[in-house]
Amino acid sequence: MTAIFAPGFFGSSPVHVALAVGGISALVCGVVGTFTVLRGQSYAGHALADISVTGGSASFLANISPLWGFAGTGVLAAGVMDMIGAGQQRGRDLATGIVRGAGLGLAALFLFWASTSTSTTGSAVTILFGSMFTIAPGTLPLVAAFGLPALIIVAVLFRPLVLSSVSAELAAARGVRVRFAGLACLIAIALAVSLAAISIGAILSTALLVGPAAIALRLTRSPGRATVAAAVIGVAATWIGILLAYDSFDWPPSHNGWPVSFFIVVLIFLGYLGVQFAGRRQRAG
Amino acid sequence: MAAPDHAVLAVASVGVRLGGRQVLDDVSFSLGAGEFVGLIGSNGAGKTTLLRVILGLQASTGQVTMGGAAGTSRRGLIGYVPQKIHLDPDMPVRARDLVGLGLDGQRLGLPLPSRRKRLLADEMLTAVDATRFADQRVGSLSGGEQQRVMIAHALISRPQLLLLDEPLANLDISSAQEIIALLAKICREQQVSVLISAHEMNSLLPVMDRIVYMAGGRAASGTTAEVIREDVLSKLYGHHVDVLNVHGRVLVVAHAGEGFEILAGDDATAEPAHPDHQADEAGQ
Repeated sequence: MTAIFAPGFFGSSPVHVALAVGGISALVCGVVGTFTVLRGQSYAGHALADISVTGGSASFLANISPLWGFAGTGVLAAGVMDMIGAGQQRGRDLATGIVRGAGLGLAALFLFWASTSTSTTGSAVTILFGSMFTIAPGTLPLVAAFGLPALIIVAVLFRPLVLSSVSAELAAARGVRVRFAGLACLIAIALAVSLAAISIGAILSTALLVGPAAIALRLTRSPGRATVAAAVIGVAATWIGILLAYDSFDWPPSHNGWPVSFFIVVLIFLGYLGVQFAGRRQRAG
Repeated sequence: MAAPDHAVLAVASVGVRLGGRQVLDDVSFSLGAGEFVGLIGSNGAGKTTLLRVILGLQASTGQVTMGGAAGTSRRGLIGYVPQKIHLDPDMPVRARDLVGLGLDGQRLGLPLPSRRKRLLADEMLTAVDATRFADQRVGSLSGGEQQRVMIAHALISRPQLLLLDEPLANLDISSAQEIIALLAKICREQQVSVLISAHEMNSLLPVMDRIVYMAGGRAASGTTAEVIREDVLSKLYGHHVDVLNVHGRVLVVAHAGEGFEILAGDDATAEPAHPDHQADEAGQ
């Protein structure tokens, strides 16, 4: 038993916070991520992650939880992206790219100020790559409060979102307000990304959003099952990642532990490679 | 053209202006219960715009009424099959799921498993002969198979009218023939009216009750014998056209400079025939 769960794992308060925050984030990301991939909005997800760095780094300066910054800028950016690029796919990509560049520029400024004005040189690493074992316990209610609306959006708009991802024209003909549904979905993506950003870092956040969903879409044939599978895969990768990171405190080179984000992202990546390889063999055979 | 008393759909003086161009100009026709009507015209004649007006997706002048009631929501009465849509083969939506979405795809909230819905979907899949691939992803199906699923999706809400936008485009000849036979059968057996747009009319001639022929945003409608005539079509095009019967195919032909141009009846409709091709076509 102690070979898997190093002594103190279940008694450690940072581990409890990490398991709870990571678990909720992975659950929300799995559910929302399925629709992100289904609707071909992975690029928008990446952009929202980049832009949310602006808010995350600004909240370091304002001395509030970075989650406020991640979610605030993400939702704002979702609105702006919808406004300037509501027309065609191409217009949307271009608009997204421009907002993304501006956001990262501001983030560079804020992170520079944060690292020069305060003694915490780790702010950039925390924002960009996450630091699951140093999340303040007070963040947990906030994580639930931001995750719940994202889950509600997907639950309420489940069928219209599936239908409009098959064909927007078809959905519109059935009376679905396609543009409204698209904006609501984008806001859910922004919220999910902000949760992933607080857990595994803004740069890596889309791995948790898109990765488990991409694996689930390979393994299942119906949207409902894909959503459940993505949530389960995401939570499993996150919890196993936390466990491995805790165990890694005994590992070389420095006996300081390896970053949680590294384990989670690697597990998701290996899972994706696995289903890709299995899928190809199946098709070949 | 007298409107039938029990018109399922009545289109009266519909006009649409988009970007300074008159896309639809005083279009009027009506559709009786259980009628199979072809909406024929070359690309850019205004077919898709007209279908969008009927669906309520495009604002217009004039009037569109269904089942006698004006102004009310027509969506519940219409089953719609849009133009060829691209579906990702990896998209986790089975044929069965897409058919079910025809019943409740616009509803809010999580879908609960329903025996009634499952049975209805099975019935529709059987009606379009799609049970074989009911559990496969729609994106992995062939063009003809996808059309069958789309038709089942459109039919499951028991509409009075089935609107199909170019369902035969991108299909090979035998798949197209199968889809036409299927639609004719559904129209007859389920007493649903069918309005199908196509740029090629010959494959539809045997099954059409009536035709709505469009050119330059205007329309002429009636039986094929009433519409496919030199005087009617010349008036519609605004210049003289000939209607030829070549090896059992009807061709609508206009003079174009030194040669001629096939306006309808051939797959290369709107394209002016190149001098080199004229010899080929005459030889066929």
